[in-house]
Amino acid sequence: MTAATATAGGIDRARVARWLQEYGVYVAVVALLLFNVFFTANFLTLGNFRTQLVQAAPVCIVALGMALVIGTEGVDLSVGAVMALAASLIPLYLGAGPVPAVLIALAVGLAAGMFNGFLVAHLGIQPIVATLALLVGGRGLALVIAEGQLVQLHDKSFLELGTGDLAGIPISVWIAGLLSVVVALLVGRTTFGRRLVAIGGNRTASGLAGLPVKSVLVGVYAICGLLAAVAGVLATARLSASDPADIGLLMELSAITAVVVGGTALTGGRVRILGTVFGVILMQLVRATLIKHNLPDSTAQMVQAAIIVVAVYVARERSTR
Amino acid sequence: MEPVLEVTDVVKEFVGVRALDGVSFTVRPGEVHALVGENGAGKSTLIKVLTGVHRPDSGEVRLRGEVVSFDRPVRAQEAGISTIYQEVNLVPLISVAGNVFLGREPRTRFGLVDWAKMNRDAEELLSGYGIDTDVKRPLGTLSVGEQQMVALVRAVSTDADVVIMDEPTSSLEPREVETLFSVVERLHEKGIAVVYVSHRMDELYRICDRVTVLRDGKMVHTGPLNDLSRIELVALMLGRSVSDIREHGATAFGEDHNAGKEPLLRAENLSSGVRLTDVSVSIRPGEVVGLAGLLGSGRTETARAIVGALPLDGGTVLVGGKALKAGDVGAAMRAGINMLAEDRKAEGIIPNLSVRENIVLAALPQLSRFGVVSREKQDRIVDTFVKRLRIKVSNPDQLVSELSGGNQQKVLLARWLCTRPKVLLLDEPTRGIDVGAKAEVQALIDELAQEGLAVLLISSEMEELIDGADRLVVLKDGAVVGELSGDDLTQDKVLAAIAGEAP
Repeated sequence: MTAATATAGGIDRARVARWLQEYGVYVAVVALLLFNVFFTANFLTLGNFRTQLVQAAPVCIVALGMALVIGTEGVDLSVGAVMALAASLIPLYLGAGPVPAVLIALAVGLAAGMFNGFLVAHLGIQPIVATLALLVGGRGLALVIAEGQLVQLHDKSFLELGTGDLAGIPISVWIAGLLSVVVALLVGRTTFGRRLVAIGGNRTASGLAGLPVKSVLVGVYAICGLLAAVAGVLATARLSASDPADIGLLMELSAITAVVVGGTALTGGRVRILGTVFGVILMQLVRATLIKHNLPDSTAQMVQAAIIVVAVYVARERSTR
Repeated sequence: MEPVLEVTDVVKEFVGVRALDGVSFTVRPGEVHALVGENGAGKSTLIKVLTGVHRPDSGEVRLRGEVVSFDRPVRAQEAGISTIYQEVNLVPLISVAGNVFLGREPRTRFGLVDWAKMNRDAEELLSGYGIDTDVKRPLGTLSVGEQQMVALVRAVSTDADVVIMDEPTSSLEPREVETLFSVVERLHEKGIAVVYVSHRMDELYRICDRVTVLRDGKMVHTGPLNDLSRIELVALMLGRSVSDIREHGATAFGEDHNAGKEPLLRAENLSSGVRLTDVSVSIRPGEVVGLAGLLGSGRTETARAIVGALPLDGGTVLVGGKALKAGDVGAAMRAGINMLAEDRKAEGIIPNLSVRENIVLAALPQLSRFGVVSREKQDRIVDTFVKRLRIKVSNPDQLVSELSGGNQQKVLLARWLCTRPKVLLLDEPTRGIDVGAKAEVQALIDELAQEGLAVLLISSEMEELIDGADRLVVLKDGAVVGELSGDDLTQDKVLAAIAGEAP
């Protein structure tokens, strides 16, 4: 009798956990929106939505890359440092015009990602250790490049990236949205994306199936580095200053949080792009809500911690099934 | 003589499977007792019962005449049963001496570890077994064989009465095997009993006094080893009586295949460490070549070497006369070689993906345009193979992990077939799948060969090999010891070759 009840309860719990991992993030976002509509003054204003989205855009772009890396059973701790690297390069090349400056920043991000991928795929270093190297070294290098200085930027067309609008929506939000669609298509529809997911699901089997495991891994980390550089450029433009000491600080944690809260398991084999985007929005909303209700930032951090614990717990419940 | 270890009617059941079905055997002090049986015969379960990892459902274990029951492995150790596993379970970064005394380090008056005494004692212990090594070195810097010796010394220095060795030589060099045997000899002299698990006939006949044979969870024979010829022992393990050999089992294989003349695949002198020595195999189009041999004889390794998944010290693989780049699975696949891995779960299926995606995985580039996968092309090919192989799925988007073993195996076969291979390497294609699916897979292998594929078939089941293969290559200890075809393809000749006796 008791055994039967326990089993039934166990199945229910597993089903609940599964459902939560699948849809929890969407439900949470909708619930939080509704809460704000009713209880937060000045929430339903265009200005407020703009602010929230502009703040979330760089995190979203970084989280997209992070989702890919986590899908391969990896993690990239160096994204914040890559953002700083990209930021530090902008003032050096802005003299030649915004396009070359941005291209160089992106190229360096790509190279940094490939370096990570090389360490992980070819030298077999654990992702957490391999990318830790660049987390420390990347920001150091950025500070050396910038000579430790914050540099104010005045190039109008470059700053437009951070402050300008297109059809009433901020350019950085356009870019984040576009990249989300591109990455979602990449994962769902291309050979590269399907291979990535297969490798995350069972690397040995993928290797024996003749998949180019190493080049896919390098590609994944390269994309992650490139996206981090994009985020670095946008954040710099919005700040209208290159600040390698501060930009992207703790970004790796925000990105991992968004990915995990969005329902992508750290054990790999699954990439949820829409979930990740909603994960970013959820974390942004949580902070905004608490701040608007005059709770200190420290409280917001604790609430975020609680959400992460719940998300990881839900994922664990499922993986033990 | 009073037995030191006595196992009576032990039953151990796992969900629906009787792993041990009334097993009894006794071990006398100072004897070296061989415990043999094929995969799944129940050896590991028996060892785990003896060492306190599992508790028997019924039956009893007596140690020195007293009934014992261990709730954890450490209790068995304290009672005097020590175990050495295939893989060394020690701490690589700690010194040799530290490992020998791990958990029972000698202390000084002040309760601190007495390093001087520990090193002295360790050195004494090791040299007592003829092992000379610097006991202050980290264990990890020693060779695998030396580490095994340290594990062995650690095991026997805990005042054991019974030492269980689970395939201790599987990763040892010949020289190290000699050292191990001398240690076993010393244990024998000291009156310590050894339970020795191995598949290597030569070793068994060299050091063991008595033998117990397990098959399908039952004890099928126990007695002095020298009363059995090698062929009789192999027959016992595989469940074939030597006289009753012409009886062919009911397999779904048909007639021999019309083999073409020129070999399509030639693997020449494959060598890899201690695992493979100069193995050569060739397969003609339309031919099924079987690999026979006991567990650990190098069957799986041969297949892995051919497909490029095992690093080679020497040897080449040629397809249609052209040599393949060594160690490159992708190159082997492009040349048309596919391998169905033995361990479906670990090396075959991608559990989180659908049946459709598992099938098309290897053929993705052919089913895509400019890197974008074509759902239409996928659906067409998946449909074809689901029908042809009669894969039972509710729809192709079902998760592959929800299928039965037999259907998973068919999914993997489909994965390879849709790359249009020329050579198929099948490693235990029917293991662990139900009877119906088994017959279907066997019939399919037949059909594929008739269509001109070159097939390499690895199986532990004698009927499957004899009925399914046109030619058998017999392996033993990583080397080819015989080749049988035509009228020589009989069970007694295969058994004789496996046992290493001249037919």
